Amino acid sequence: MTAILEARGITRSFGPIEVLHGVDFDLVPGEIHALIGENGAGKSTTMKILGGYLQPTKGELLLDGRPVTFPDQRAAEAEGILMIHQEFNLALQLTVEENLFLGREKRRGPFLDTRAMRAEAREWLARLDCHVDPRARVSDLSVPNRQMVEIARALGRNARVLIMDEPTAVLTGRETDVLLEQIARLKAQGAAILYTSHKLDEIARIADRVTVLRDGSHITTRSADGFTEHAMAEAMVGRELSDLFPDRPAPADDVVLEVENLTVPGHVRDASFKLRRGEVLGFAGLVGAGRTELMEGIVGLRSATGGVKVNGQPLRAGSVRAAREAGLVYLTEDRKEKGLLLGKSLTENLTLLALDRFGRLFIDKQAEDRALTKAFSEFDIRAGDRSMTAGSLSGGNQQKLLLAKTMLTEPQIVIIDEPTRGIDIGTKQQIYDFIAALAADGKSVIVVSSELPEVIGLSSRVVVMGRGHIAGELTGDQITEDAILRRAMGVGELTGASA
Amino acid sequence: MTDTTATGAPARRFRVSFQTLGPVLALIALIVLGASLNSNFLSYGNVTNVLARSAFIGIIAVGMTFVITGGGIDLSVGSMAAFVAGVMIMAMNALVPSLGVGVPLVLAGMAVAMLTGLAAGLLNGLLIAKAGIEAFIVTLGAMGIYRSLTTWLADGGTLSLDFDARSFYRPVYYDGLFGIAWPIIVFAVVAILGEIAMRKTPFGRHCASLGANEQVARYSAVKVDLVRMATYVLLGGLVGLATIMYVPRLGSASGSTGVLWELEAIAAVIIGGTVLKGGFGRVWGTVVGVLILSLIDNILNLASIVSPYLNGAIQGVIVILAVVLQRQGKSAD
Repeated sequence: MTAILEARGITRSFGPIEVLHGVDFDLVPGEIHALIGENGAGKSTTMKILGGYLQPTKGELLLDGRPVTFPDQRAAEAEGILMIHQEFNLALQLTVEENLFLGREKRRGPFLDTRAMRAEAREWLARLDCHVDPRARVSDLSVPNRQMVEIARALGRNARVLIMDEPTAVLTGRETDVLLEQIARLKAQGAAILYTSHKLDEIARIADRVTVLRDGSHITTRSADGFTEHAMAEAMVGRELSDLFPDRPAPADDVVLEVENLTVPGHVRDASFKLRRGEVLGFAGLVGAGRTELMEGIVGLRSATGGVKVNGQPLRAGSVRAAREAGLVYLTEDRKEKGLLLGKSLTENLTLLALDRFGRLFIDKQAEDRALTKAFSEFDIRAGDRSMTAGSLSGGNQQKLLLAKTMLTEPQIVIIDEPTRGIDIGTKQQIYDFIAALAADGKSVIVVSSELPEVIGLSSRVVVMGRGHIAGELTGDQITEDAILRRAMGVGELTGASA
Repeated sequence: MTDTTATGAPARRFRVSFQTLGPVLALIALIVLGASLNSNFLSYGNVTNVLARSAFIGIIAVGMTFVITGGGIDLSVGSMAAFVAGVMIMAMNALVPSLGVGVPLVLAGMAVAMLTGLAAGLLNGLLIAKAGIEAFIVTLGAMGIYRSLTTWLADGGTLSLDFDARSFYRPVYYDGLFGIAWPIIVFAVVAILGEIAMRKTPFGRHCASLGANEQVARYSAVKVDLVRMATYVLLGGLVGLATIMYVPRLGSASGSTGVLWELEAIAAVIIGGTVLKGGFGRVWGTVVGVLILSLIDNILNLASIVSPYLNGAIQGVIVILAVVLQRQGKSAD
C-alpha cells in the first residue's frame, strides 16, 4: 500500500531554534498511525506541517507520491487533509449545522438551503452515533459533543487524511469508546488517520503503527503489535520508568473537611463525604456526573445549599475567598479558561490567588520575583524566560504553574480537578509525586479524574459519583476499575464478586 | 520557543518597544511642531492654558483607564459631569442664604459634587456588576438620562452660580500654587496616584485580571463584582472632582456642558495604549493621550494652516492610527 501523505526528513525552525530534526512520517489508507511523544517532543509541529498550518524549513511532503507544498491549511483541506484540533475550531454562537457547513453553505438560488443542510448534518452526526440536535447552539453542547461535531465536520469534507490531535483528552472512558469505534469505522472506509494521545492504552488499542518522537527527533516507527504501553512510555521518555504512581501515605484519623447534604441546583443532590488529614481521596465518575460542580459548590464558586465544615468550623457559603482563608483551594480542570491568564506574565499568574500575601497596600514586586524563582525550582517549571506569558508555556508547564499558584496560599486541603489532562507522562509522574508528597506532609487532597488508573493509583479511598449523587465509596482492595464503573453507571448493585 | 535554561532577573527591563514609546514620540513630535509653528506655543500662558483645559478630561480619563482595563466602558461621563455641575450649582445657590459666600459654601458645593459623582458611579456599577447588564447599555442609558436631567434642571437654559459665589470660587480654576494652576496640580496628583494604583496595588492587578479573563479572576478568589463596581465608583468620584475644577471656570452649566467628553476620555485612554477590551491599562499613557488630544486642538487654533473645525477629524485619525500601531506591535512579538 502506498502512502497518501508522506513527510521526508522534515525540519522546522522557529527563529534560530530548530524544534524538529529531520522527521520521517507517512500515512497509508486504512491505517491508524499513532504519533506519540512527551509535550514539546514535536508532535504538534509535525501535525501542523502535515495539515498545512506550517511549512517545513527543510525536507519535503509527498502527496500520492508527488512532492507538494501547502501554502496554508486551505490548500491541504482541498486535498482532503483535515486536522481536528485540541482547541476547537467551532464558532460557539452558531448552531451545530451552521458550523458543519461554515464556509461551504448549500444554496438554493441566493438563499441558504437550510433543509438540505439539516438533513445532511443529521446524517453525518448519525454516522458518528452522536445524538445532538443540529439546531443546538455549540456553546450549549458538552465538550465531548463538541468533539463529535468537529469530527462530523471533517466527515462532511470527505477527508482522506484525518489528523487528530488528542481527541480523547477531554472525554471519559465511555465517550472514548464511542469515539474509538468511530475512528475504526473511518479507517475501515479507507481513511488514513494520524492519531495522538497521551493515553497509551488507547494507542495500544487502536493504532496499527506507532511513531515515537523525542526532543524533535524521530526515535522509532514500528508496528503496534507487541509494542507494550510500558515500552512506548520508555521510548518517549528515553529512560527506564519505574512505577508511575508513588506510595500512598496512610491518612490520619481526624476529619479536616466534612460535606453534608450539599446540593448544587441542577447538578448535585445531597452529597455527603468526609476527608481526613493526610488523605488522598479520589472522585471518579462519568463526565456530567456532577463531580466538578460538587467541588465548585464546596469552595463557593457555585451557589449550593447544605453544610461544609473545615476543621469543624462551618464555611461561609458562596465565597472563594472564605474557602481560601480556611485553607481550602480548588484547582480547576479548565486551566486555559479558568485557571490562568494566558496573556499575562508568569508572575502575575503565580501571585493572583495569594496576592494579599505580597503586601496589603502595595505589591512587593521583589517578593513576587522571589516567589517565581522558588516556584520554578519547586515545581520544575521550564520557561524560556521569566517575562514570557503563561499562554506560551507548554501544557505541562502551565499545569505546574497553576499548581504553584494554588500552593502559594499554603492550603490545608487541595482539590485538584483533572490534575494531568493533556499532559505527557514525564510531567504526570512529577504531579503524582507532588500529590503524594502533599499528603505525606499532612495536607489533604481530593483528586477528581476521569482517568481511572490515575484515581486508583493515587487514592486511598474513592468516592464514585453518578448522575448528580454519590453512588458509592470504595477503599483499599475494593478500588478496581470494574467496581468504579459499576457504581458510576448504576449497574450491578454491590453484587460483590461479579457473577 | 527559546531555550529552556531560565536565566535570572537582570537584563529584562530594557525592551522598550515602539508600542510603548509611540504615544510619547507622537507627543514630542506635536510639541516640536507647535513650537516651530508659533513662538507663543511654549509660553507660560499657553502651556498653562492647554494643561488647565486638559485637566477635566484628564482627571476623568484616569478613571476611565481603570474601567476599560477592567473590561468595561462608561459612556455616561460627559453628561454625568454636566449633571453634577448642575446639581452643584443649584445646591450652592440654595445654600448662599444660610451659609453666606465663603469657604463653607465652596466646601459644601464640593461635597455635593463629589457625592453626586460617587452616587452616579455607584448606580452604574450596581447595574453592571450586580444586575449583570452590559456596561455599554447601562452607560448609554445613563448618558441620555443625565443629559436630559441637566437640561430639565436648567429648564432648557443655563444654570448660573450666584454672582458673589462665582467671584469667590473663581480662583480654584484660575489661581494656583507656585504659578501652577490648581486644575493642573489636581490632574497631576490624580494621574500619579492612578499610576501607582494601577501598577503597584492589588486593586490595579485585580482590574487587569478581571479584564483579561473574568472567569480566571473569579476562580482566583478575586471579588469580581466588587472590583468592577469599584472602577465605576472611582470614575464617578473623578467626574465629581473634574466638575469641581470645571464649575469655577464658567460658573454655569447647561445641557451642552461636557458634550463628547466621554469620547475624548475614551480616545485618550486608547491612544495611551490601554487595551479597549480590557486586561491591560497604562495610566501614564492616558495622560499622554490627553495631552496629545489637547495639543492638536491648541496647535490648530494657534496656527492657521488647517481649519480648527477639522480638529475632530484629526483626533479621529489619531485614535484609529494608535490602535493600528498597537496591533502591529502585538503581532510582531
